[in-house]
Amino acid sequence: MNIFCAGLNHRTASLSMREQAAIQDREMAAMLERVRKIDGVSGAVMLSTCNRVELYASTLCPLQTLHGFEEILQERSGEMLPLYHHTTPAAVRHLFRVASGLDSMVIGETEIFGQVKKAYALASEYGTTTGPLHRLFQHAFRVAKSVRTETQITRGAVSVGSVAVELAEKIFGELDQCRVMILGAGEISERTARSLQSRGVRSVIVSNRTYDRAAALAAEIGGMALHFDHWEKTFADVDIVISSTGAPHAILTVEKLKPLLKQRKKRPLFVIDLAVPRDAEPAINELEGVFLYDIDSLQQIAAQSLDVRRQEVVRCELMIEEHVGTFLKWLRSKNSSGAKMRES
Amino acid sequence: MELTSLWGSTFFYLFSFCSTLLALRAKQIHPGRFSFAAIFLGVLCQSWFLALRGKGTHACPITTLPEMLIFLSWAIGWFYLLIGSTYRVSLMGTFTAPLIVILQSAGLLLLGPAVPMQHSLNSWIEAHAALSLVAFGALGLASVSALMFLFQEAQLKSQAPAPIFHFLPPMQLLEITTTRLLWLGLGLLTMSFLAGALSAISISGIKFWVSFLLWGSYGLLGVAQQARRFSVHRFAQGVILIFLFALGILFWLS
Repeated sequence: MNIFCAGLNHRTASLSMREQAAIQDREMAAMLERVRKIDGVSGAVMLSTCNRVELYASTLCPLQTLHGFEEILQERSGEMLPLYHHTTPAAVRHLFRVASGLDSMVIGETEIFGQVKKAYALASEYGTTTGPLHRLFQHAFRVAKSVRTETQITRGAVSVGSVAVELAEKIFGELDQCRVMILGAGEISERTARSLQSRGVRSVIVSNRTYDRAAALAAEIGGMALHFDHWEKTFADVDIVISSTGAPHAILTVEKLKPLLKQRKKRPLFVIDLAVPRDAEPAINELEGVFLYDIDSLQQIAAQSLDVRRQEVVRCELMIEEHVGTFLKWLRSKNSSGAKMRES
Repeated sequence: MELTSLWGSTFFYLFSFCSTLLALRAKQIHPGRFSFAAIFLGVLCQSWFLALRGKGTHACPITTLPEMLIFLSWAIGWFYLLIGSTYRVSLMGTFTAPLIVILQSAGLLLLGPAVPMQHSLNSWIEAHAALSLVAFGALGLASVSALMFLFQEAQLKSQAPAPIFHFLPPMQLLEITTTRLLWLGLGLLTMSFLAGALSAISISGIKFWVSFLLWGSYGLLGVAQQARRFSVHRFAQGVILIFLFALGILFWLS
């Protein structure tokens, strides 16, 4: 019995190819059934995310499984897709790396863990898993958990939005009492605000030179729109300011902030300046209780975290290798006991 | 045996500090995982020392400056065990251990043999002295928390925080911890002064006014913080400065 894996991902296929190959949940049962009809295949699990479409199968004929899977995907997309494929032990290693986030676009991201779990649960529900596949996936979940808890592969934020969230949490603790103000309704400030919203910020106020744009964004993210001339009036109630106006000069200056800070009863203020040219005068960071981060400093922190994660990859690979060995030992004993049973 | 337990305790505190530093350097995911256990063992050793010393002196073992320093570091250790586990203040042990090591090492170097008390002490006086030191323990830990606040604030102000920033608790949690420890310390200090008043022993005017100044400074700081009269940065600086003043008083009184 072989463990076989074939598929495409963000490194081997363009977005349009991945779109063509992507399998919706509602199609999964039919897809798994078709794969199981390929000669030699006893069990199958399919993983379909925005970055990858992969088949994991227990099979006696890996090559036939590959051809069968290629045909199925070709039928869907109308073209031959560039598939990579692995058999034992590389297929086992591949799944462990995928579940641990080492094969992801953003190294160490944890969303993939849930997606692998879901793929396995669907296959179990449709009855297409076998003993070896069950064991393989359970082992993969254990590996992913160990990698996450024993290394720093998931440490630190690696995007501007998540860095902003991490910094905000280090200043305010829980964000559920924090109010956010967006100055300038740009795409990047919207994304940052959404990241903060996902951590439960209390309210979001959107202020833009064009009021309609502010109103549209406010409606989209469930916030409140404010005329740009009035932003200073609500400043005392705000904890986090995300600024990305197209102003040619700084709008958050020491001169302007000093009197406004007096109304804030010494509460800290986190200013996220995403604009180029910058909206905030660098000197405001010297004001007591003000924490200013511009796009460069946020990106620098994200890059540092990514660096830490890259350095951790070696440790993770070593851990994975150990687990691959353990799994192969089990698989070999399973295969030899199966062979003995057939002989007798 | 007394000294062995004290050396053992110092070793555990040092271990707590060094193991976390090494874990941070090795980029371990839980750098402070041994800190709590090490400090717990340190406090146990100190308790053993104080019990033996108490037997030797036939009194609460705070009759000399070295004993007071050891008793104070013991109180700080206890408060860390209570607060550190309740509020889950990450890396608090790492910041607390050096303060305890400094105080205890000074005590160790100056420590002489136990001298049995010839006459029994007024129990209110003993309660006053012990409560004062326990209060200083809470206030000492408040200053540790305040120092952590200033450290984390400096990291965040730098716009390029060092990796330790990920492990330090949020500033807001440190503010809450510092404030609560300050009120706890002030409450204990008030009780100790009441016990002192009940002893009916007259004290010098200067000792009274210095003690009153200390109590009043903490009280004012706490009230001003509640009323948001100044920033948390200033509050944290105040907590540390007044604790240093309190330590100065301790040395002066001895």
